[in-house]
Amino acid sequence: MSLFVNVTLNGVANGMVFAAMALALVFIFRATSIVNFAQGAMAMFTTFIAFSLLDRGLGYWEAFAAALAIGLVLGAVVERILIRPLRGKPEINPVIVTIGLLIVLEGMAGSIWGNSARGFPPAFSQTGLKFGHTKVAFSHFDVFILGSVLAIMVATMALFRWTNLGLRMRASAFAPEVARLLGVRVGRILTLGWALAAVAGSLAGLLVAPTSSFSPYYMDLNLVFGFTAAVIGGLESPAGALVGGLITGLCVSYVGGYLGSSLQPLGALALLMVALMARPQGIFARPEARRV
Amino acid sequence: MLEVEGLSVSYGAIRALEDVALRAEKGMITAVLGANGAGKTTLLRTITGLVKPTSGTVTLDGEKLTGMAVEDIVRHGVAHVPEGRGVIQEITVDENLRLGALWCMGRSERRVAMEEIYELFPLLSERRHKHASTLSGGERQMLAIGRALVSRPRVMLLDEPSLGLAPIVTAQLMSMLRDRTHGSDITVVLVEQNARSALSVAQRAVVLNLGKVVVADDAAAVAADSDLRHHYLGF
Repeated sequence: MSLFVNVTLNGVANGMVFAAMALALVFIFRATSIVNFAQGAMAMFTTFIAFSLLDRGLGYWEAFAAALAIGLVLGAVVERILIRPLRGKPEINPVIVTIGLLIVLEGMAGSIWGNSARGFPPAFSQTGLKFGHTKVAFSHFDVFILGSVLAIMVATMALFRWTNLGLRMRASAFAPEVARLLGVRVGRILTLGWALAAVAGSLAGLLVAPTSSFSPYYMDLNLVFGFTAAVIGGLESPAGALVGGLITGLCVSYVGGYLGSSLQPLGALALLMVALMARPQGIFARPEARRV
Repeated sequence: MLEVEGLSVSYGAIRALEDVALRAEKGMITAVLGANGAGKTTLLRTITGLVKPTSGTVTLDGEKLTGMAVEDIVRHGVAHVPEGRGVIQEITVDENLRLGALWCMGRSERRVAMEEIYELFPLLSERRHKHASTLSGGERQMLAIGRALVSRPRVMLLDEPSLGLAPIVTAQLMSMLRDRTHGSDITVVLVEQNARSALSVAQRAVVLNLGKVVVADDAAAVAADSDLRHHYLGF
């Protein structure tokens, strides 16, 4: 019983990180129909920058905020320089470019910070909370993960639903040409989408770093899990990213807890296959628009 | 006044428009007529900057629009209601309308302008919080036109507004268009395959055939020319 509870709690914490990763992928996919395979590497890079800043004596929260801000800029720069010139070309072109970026970023990180695993400090204690005399596998840091990912999810949904900027973003995603005819500067909206995506990705990178073996490759597996979460959620909705993240987190955690952690990627793969067979459009996919 | 001069457009090896000229005056509806593939839609898309011409210019009250980005042409007061698919179906009626006014108005001014449109189209007012995908064809066309009017444009370009509408709805739409345009300072360019109903409300008419202007004259004169009607307008 206590194993089950602990594995479940662990799954929730992991799931929130995958949800943040999935949110990043969703931001970009719904705006440009591109899966950004470099999302994890970009997050890794900004987290390593935070690591360097910490190393130079900067405060934890200053470094944390700096990594998010650098993520914002990195996302915008990547869209402007690498992705924008490929507009109107076959969709495979930008996808290949993101894979190239993944390799370049990991190579650069390796040459700057080395390829060996380091330790990234957590924001809060990682020892389990106590309820009475029972200690559970959910720490102050996990509470922080839960809170910060929920905060970014709520902020995203509020942005889309209640602000004029969000309306412009939705219009640009659903009907870019019509949006332009209504004066929306769709190009800027796309840049902003990539920037916000990179912030969500950077957050995931910062949150998962303390529990990972922190090397330039530590986000690879998280990208796979985040991608699984995004696909389960339908690749287009923030709510889907959250639910997909939780499902993936729980599934991966149960596989790890009961079958052994080396089977976790396989578990995610099996989950992805089942999800694609059962509901290929995802849980939260918007209904196909009917054109009359 | 909207002026098009010497406009030519090519899609690869295909010439879509060749040396097209058009003058559309304030307070008037100028109909652009012709068969499928005559270049009517291309003409509107070139005016709004969605298509780049190989040569020629578009000017609005003396200011050159050619070469500007679509978003900037919109900011000069050109509202384009595209063919068939102009309404964004995944958002609500109200959001569609809001989007139309977003680039040019603050919150309070926008609210007034939107209420005016809801008064003009009471059916839309009832459905303002419904997704646009739930609207009928006629309601969608009303929404698309209302969304163009809400920004109080100087020029309105309408691409086949009667497409797929019942004759009675088309008639209502045309008379609404006439009432809004005549005596106002709005310039309307109306692209139609339904030449008969377009000519009934337009003052001027331009007939296109295979990308070239066949005739540009008063709408009444075009309607009276039976050879022209048989040849190019099918009635």
